[in-house]
Amino acid sequence: METLLERIQQGHFWDFPGGIHPPTRKELTSQHPIAEVPLPPVLYVPIKQHIGTIGQILVSKGEHVKKGQALTNGLNHLDVAVHAPTSGVVQEIKEHISAHPSALPELCICIQPDGLDEWREREPWADYLNYSKEQLLRRLQLNGVAGLGGAGFPTHIKSATNAEIEFLIINAVECEPYITADDLLMQEYPEAIIQGIEILQHMTGAKHVLIGIEDDKPLAVTAIKAAVGVERGFHVCELPTQYPSGGEKQLVQILTGREVPKGGIPADIGIVMQNVGTAYAVSRAIVADQPLIHRVVTMTGESIHQPKNVWALLGTPVSHLLDHVDFRPGLNQRLIMGGPMMGFTLPSPDVPITKISNCILAPSNQELPPESPEMPCIRCGECAIVCPATLLPQQLQWYAKAKDYEKLESYNLADCIECGACSYVCPSDIPLVQYYRVAKAEIKTQQQEKQKAEQAKLRFEARKARLERDKQERLEKQRKASEARQSTSEDSNKIEAAISRVKESATDKVAAAIARAKAKRQPTEDESPDNSEVIAAREARKQQARDYKESKQTGTEPESSPTDKKAAVAAAIARAKAKKAKLAEQSEATEQSKDNSSENASEQDDRKAKIAAAIARAKAKKAQQEDAESLGEENVEPKSNATDDKKAKVAAAIERAKTKKAAKEAEANAQGEAETQASDLSPEEERKAKIAAAVARAKAKKAQKDNDQGKN
Amino acid sequence: MTFKIASSPHLHIRRSTHDIMQLVILACIPGILVQAFFFGWGNLVHIAIAIVTALMAEALILHLRSRPIKPVLMDFSALLTAVLIGTSVPTFAPWWITVIGTGFAILVVKQLYGGLGFNLFNPAMAGYVLLLISFPVEMTAWLPPQSIVHHQVNIGDAFAAIFTGYTLDGYSVAQLRTTIDGMTMATPLDTLKTGFTLGLTSDEITTNPVFGSWYALGWEWVNLAYLAGGLFLLKMNVIRWQIPIATLGSLFLMGLLGYMILPDSSAGPLFHMLTGATMLGAFFIATDPVSASTTNLGRLIYGAFIGLMVFVIRTWGGYPDAFAFAVLLANMCVPLIDYYTRPRTYGYSQGSSS
Repeated sequence: METLLERIQQGHFWDFPGGIHPPTRKELTSQHPIAEVPLPPVLYVPIKQHIGTIGQILVSKGEHVKKGQALTNGLNHLDVAVHAPTSGVVQEIKEHISAHPSALPELCICIQPDGLDEWREREPWADYLNYSKEQLLRRLQLNGVAGLGGAGFPTHIKSATNAEIEFLIINAVECEPYITADDLLMQEYPEAIIQGIEILQHMTGAKHVLIGIEDDKPLAVTAIKAAVGVERGFHVCELPTQYPSGGEKQLVQILTGREVPKGGIPADIGIVMQNVGTAYAVSRAIVADQPLIHRVVTMTGESIHQPKNVWALLGTPVSHLLDHVDFRPGLNQRLIMGGPMMGFTLPSPDVPITKISNCILAPSNQELPPESPEMPCIRCGECAIVCPATLLPQQLQWYAKAKDYEKLESYNLADCIECGACSYVCPSDIPLVQYYRVAKAEIKTQQQEKQKAEQAKLRFEARKARLERDKQERLEKQRKASEARQSTSEDSNKIEAAISRVKESATDKVAAAIARAKAKRQPTEDESPDNSEVIAAREARKQQARDYKESKQTGTEPESSPTDKKAAVAAAIARAKAKKAKLAEQSEATEQSKDNSSENASEQDDRKAKIAAAIARAKAKKAQQEDAESLGEENVEPKSNATDDKKAKVAAAIERAKTKKAAKEAEANAQGEAETQASDLSPEEERKAKIAAAVARAKAKKAQKDNDQGKN
Repeated sequence: MTFKIASSPHLHIRRSTHDIMQLVILACIPGILVQAFFFGWGNLVHIAIAIVTALMAEALILHLRSRPIKPVLMDFSALLTAVLIGTSVPTFAPWWITVIGTGFAILVVKQLYGGLGFNLFNPAMAGYVLLLISFPVEMTAWLPPQSIVHHQVNIGDAFAAIFTGYTLDGYSVAQLRTTIDGMTMATPLDTLKTGFTLGLTSDEITTNPVFGSWYALGWEWVNLAYLAGGLFLLKMNVIRWQIPIATLGSLFLMGLLGYMILPDSSAGPLFHMLTGATMLGAFFIATDPVSASTTNLGRLIYGAFIGLMVFVIRTWGGYPDAFAFAVLLANMCVPLIDYYTRPRTYGYSQGSSS
């Protein structure tokens, strides 16, 4: 490792394969200081200017915002906030043409500056090295710092790495022709940049700091070297000018001789790389609590007659900047955002400046002649010679044209960094990079579709498996149930016996009660009510209960059994007859029966007897009442309506009691089966019993209704 | 205001296919002039015939294929093919030899495969091989250097001999090939081959005046002129060093080996370097990018294979020179070579380049 550092100290760097030496044309702007531009009439601040997710919008239309006020928040890890570049009023939140090759509209917060440029409250951290890594990272996120080098990767995520970092590389290479934004920034703000580098080193824990600058920026090198001083131990590395030495992978290779493994990130080999502009933004964000609201933009090209670097507020339309650099468009004028190698043309000057816009290039057709018609590839291989990723562009273009995506992948199309060196040297003027971009997009789409199809297939198969499993489970359950039935058939005999005992005792008690009632009713013996009907009804209900029990055992719903229905009908008829027979009934009996009905189910056999007794009592009382009736007929009439209701209630109560009994029986049944059957069957049985009860209640109501109708 | 849309990069080096072909043709000129000086003006006439044929054939077939004619003619690739065929045919071969060879090269080998960039074989060499196989007598009727032939020919004689078979003075091409001593002369390579079949040693054979005092009278200067042109192309980055160096290196090595093992029936490495089509082949023919391998390692293999085949055919084959055959054989191997010589992409570990 010592040798590596020694090499770096001696300025013996590695080289990357390929590379080109296009005319840099940096002298157009490198000699002019960074200029200020007046506030534009409207700022279009895109809410997404980085790679990641969008925070929530915090402002609404008509709201007044201060300079540096957050417009979106940064709650999620991948969020990066955006801020009001100056104080003013939120005019609108709407879609606006984007600073993207597609120029597709994206959501922007339109701010009309009020001209006051009034800052929000800030909390400078001069002693920045005393804050924890987490505090610093959070502040970077909230102050909207994303990589200014081109990709806009959130700085707080890159710096949060837990890998052991050996080298923090500051990318000040700026290898794209024409662009001098970083050059000027280094010339004018070297101290702030060094401060930012210190913070980045503090956060990443990097052992060494390498600052890579191409040797065509002597002023920047001098300024940075002076600001670094001696004691910090940062290595300022002057690199030979070659495109694309500022590519992340290439710079890693030049400075350390290492290669970032395929599909990996520099942190995998102990390296973190940050752009020099990002270092400046970090220092502003941490030390001055000044969010990322402006950046240096190089305004250059021969159609711009006052080429220079300007401080542009993020969201400033390009047209506003062009107004201040004496832009005179020519025929078929192109407006390029970025450099001539990797920049993209803007369809309209309304595009706003974002965190990643480093240059506006307005070339004349002489300096950057428009593309000429594509000629066939002669396989000269110049593209392969200049490719920094050691790909074979000549083979790739062949397969890209043939849409042979498998071949493209086997020739590592994905490792193309789209630097444009191949197109630059191509004698046949083949727009190679464009072919690769299209092919990459198509491969991506294809992969997504494949993924979707695979997911659908998985879902379908999972469903099929689930259905099959359910079927098997059902079959298994049925098998177990039938086994259980066989094993409990002996138990059921015992249950039957118990039931018959209960019935007998109940009948005995009823008979006794009837006898008592009869004794009471001695004087009106000849007018005794038709007891046989009550008995018939009771028998019918018993039958119903038995039917229900049977039906339950066979697994069919009780109401689907015709015998059940018949029994219910019989019961209803019986009830109706009983009701007819009973002309009046005392409230006492009703109260009692109601109480009984709410009693615990364990007492229900007793209760049944009591009910029977109550009925008997009621009948006896009725007989007495009938005697009293002879005293005043008119007293009876109004009472009879009320008593009809009561009777119905009583009948319902009886029904409930019976169903509860049935439920209890069922429970007994279930307990009998519990040894062989799953424990969750007993609530199931209960539910069935409840259903049966509900059915019985409904029947009772219907019977009452019938009864009422019959009366009316 | 709307602006023109274009895809990056917006910056291009200003060297087109046209420029490349033009440079290659320019680099041929010294060799052609030296050849004309030593062997009469016939090659200039043949080059002129070949150019006319090539342009007409290309225009015709582009018309038939409904392709734009002017931009394709202006890429100068047909012109270069014509120049190469014109320099390759024997000085006083009849005119139709060149017409057939060039027509076949352009119409069949190049355009029927899809035009520039799509041809599997080097058109000039495929045309040459067609001629060599079909018209062996005409195609081997090389003249000895003018300094040792009986009849000196001027440019008028050259025209007349090519179009009528007789010079203005009425000599036939066969008569032109006779030396002062009344012997019919061939190229040094031819002479060597014949000599070996007669059981002579190389020392005995090289006493023949066609070998001159050095290696091969006239031919050595022609080869040196082509070498100069080739070095110019290397300097201009029109061609890369891999193919010529591998070709010459392999041929030199094989010649050296042969000379060490069988000094009496071999002609030494420098003889191989400076006779026949060696320099023209190594710098101007094998480097045709379309039909050559396109990876750096592949180009070394491709070149070495050509050198090897040239030596093998020159030594044991039926024809005195072998560049055309060697190049065509190597062309056939190109897809295979390219497939197995893909470079390691950035970030991939050694050995897992694919």
